Amino acid sequence: MPKQEPKARGRNFNEVALGYTEQQALEEANRCLQCPKPQCIAGCPVGICIPDFIKLLREGKYAEAAEKIKEKNALPAICGRVCPQEEQCQKFCIMGKVGEPVSIGRLERFVADWERSRGAKTPERVKPTGKKVAVVGAGPAGLTVAAELAKLGHGVVIFEALHLPGGVLVYGIPEFRLPKSIVQAEVDYIKRLGVELKPGYLIGRIHTIPEMLKNQFNAVFIGTGAGLPAFMGIPGESLGGIYSANEFLIRVNLMKSYAFPIYDTPIRIGKHVVVIGGGNVAMDSARSALRLGAEEVCIVYRRSREEMPARQEEIENAEEEGIVCKFLANPMRFMGDEKGWVKAMECVCMELGPPDESGRRRPIPVKSSEFVMDTDTVIVATGRTPNPIIQSTTEGLAVTKWGTIVTDENGKTSIEGVYAGGDIVTGEATVISAMGAGKKAAKAIHEYLMKE
Amino acid sequence: MYKVVTKKELAPKIKFFEVHAPEMAEKAKPGQFIILIIDEKGERIPITIAGYDSVAGTVTFVFNEVGKTTRQLGLLKEGDCIWNITGPLGVPSEIKNSGNVLCVAGGVMIAPMLLQLKALREAGNKITTVMGARIEHLLFFEEELKALSDRFYVTTDDGSKGYKGLDFLRNILEKEKFDRCITMGPVVMMKNVSEMTKPFNVPTVVTLTPIMVDGMGMCGVCRVTVSGKMKFGCVDGPEFDGHKVDFDELISRQRMFLPEERLSSLIWEMQGGCACSRK
Repeated sequence: MPKQEPKARGRNFNEVALGYTEQQALEEANRCLQCPKPQCIAGCPVGICIPDFIKLLREGKYAEAAEKIKEKNALPAICGRVCPQEEQCQKFCIMGKVGEPVSIGRLERFVADWERSRGAKTPERVKPTGKKVAVVGAGPAGLTVAAELAKLGHGVVIFEALHLPGGVLVYGIPEFRLPKSIVQAEVDYIKRLGVELKPGYLIGRIHTIPEMLKNQFNAVFIGTGAGLPAFMGIPGESLGGIYSANEFLIRVNLMKSYAFPIYDTPIRIGKHVVVIGGGNVAMDSARSALRLGAEEVCIVYRRSREEMPARQEEIENAEEEGIVCKFLANPMRFMGDEKGWVKAMECVCMELGPPDESGRRRPIPVKSSEFVMDTDTVIVATGRTPNPIIQSTTEGLAVTKWGTIVTDENGKTSIEGVYAGGDIVTGEATVISAMGAGKKAAKAIHEYLMKE
Repeated sequence: MYKVVTKKELAPKIKFFEVHAPEMAEKAKPGQFIILIIDEKGERIPITIAGYDSVAGTVTFVFNEVGKTTRQLGLLKEGDCIWNITGPLGVPSEIKNSGNVLCVAGGVMIAPMLLQLKALREAGNKITTVMGARIEHLLFFEEELKALSDRFYVTTDDGSKGYKGLDFLRNILEKEKFDRCITMGPVVMMKNVSEMTKPFNVPTVVTLTPIMVDGMGMCGVCRVTVSGKMKFGCVDGPEFDGHKVDFDELISRQRMFLPEERLSSLIWEMQGGCACSRK
């Protein structure tokens, strides 16, 4: 798939991957073998009928192909961009056994973009059931639940704590990987299904789950995500110039501080940026910092390249753009200048020991291997934890020791009529797994409502 | 969209807004705050709630026009709308009968202190109030505060009205035993008050106003060190034990974006300082 040149794209926030042309999409689609027993579908958390949409694409029936995807997935333009297809549908593609698997994600993106550029059809409204469902959180899980239930005729209201819908799609994933206009278009589609959206409602503080069940809703879905930043708890972490990845990305993505002062929220980026962590959030932070004008950006990760949780494609993109990775190093403390601004970071070298409970080799500090790196901006991307406000304001809701909500395999919580899904149940995971959980929960909620 | 139903100027550059927000009005409690964003290009700013009326369906707040956003907010007229307001946020104040309470308020935080006094009074406390400002003409709500207090003092930094500075507070603390102190105002003032009450072992509650973005625990920019532990001003606060807060770190963190804030203000002035030029 064509991409912006690394040198140019490292200085702008436009989308990096440019998408297939029609010709390219048709060529790629023709590689699909149309297996009688397709394996790819099993790899898709929402079960898209992949061979069917590819067949329609091949025949030039792009609108029909888009509709085929939307039977199972309300957010195709987003999934086509941010799903880790190499670990899902494409991993099971027969073509991959002998060479490259069919690029299913890119084809999904092509179809969704084609439809959006022509204006998606407004789906027909079904007969209302008279049931009302509250969805807490307008992220991938909540949007999916809302779309599914609205299509079944239920009244749905989404309460979103931030001023814009999308959750991690708007505050976390950068513009150059997922343009916000696309998120907006997908949200508009869900609104056209009849879903009401209320931004600026922090449930737990304004209304509580028990109040919502008592007053006007027959069921509630909680999809509040994993949005709390994890800090490292080392000395100097509150110096100026040290951002949590969440703060940094919220400023840049949600508040558009890359366009400061046209937009009012500021961000300050120094010359020598250090990003701590090895996941997709670390990659997004590093690549954003580069685009904001950093002279050099270094990712510091305590394990080695093989253990990095980020998608291979994102690591490659970051390295192409000139971002440097420093492996097997762990920060110990930060040193500040007289104005309280960070100026250096002390690290210790690590080596890999036997595997830990995550199955990855455990990093162990090497004695007397401390070294100091100069830096004026640090972004801490060492993970995110579940939002706790709902759990602490909902009596009787079973919660794990990690703060995630306990559910059965269909998203049912310990409270009758209350369901949950996405990162608030699993801990930090992917957009598509949250959507998969949303789909299952929607099915369970529908069954619950209809027998109520 | 939230409509401004009443707007008043309480003192130069200090504005009082009453906005239509029925659901919020029903839930708000003393000590909580809102986050507002004026328009699509705006920043999210936290403001402490100064009052609410569940019958009228309104929430009130008072702010000082210091930077670009607050000056732009001050230009809104009655009938104009604020794009989004989220709230109530933060943990409500612990309102109880502590006995003899000392309340020290400064600057715009005099407004939410009035709300505290009403609640403390209802809970049966004996109240000594100190209100302060830099200079006489920046004082407001004097009669309202006085009416709710058993004893009442005024102070200004320059001595233009009442006592000069806060030193007289030490004499009050020496003469009388207080069971609790509640202070809201500029960080330096709350730091001074906390230092003064400490030797007298008066438990002291401070309302912190660090920089915030989301205001619901997501970004961590509002982190403060309390008893050596990292806390978030937005979800663990905004109220903390004044004897345990690292005020110097807070002061330094509050100044983090001063150059950008000045730049933003300057550009806004050069463009005519008019909200319509942004459209």
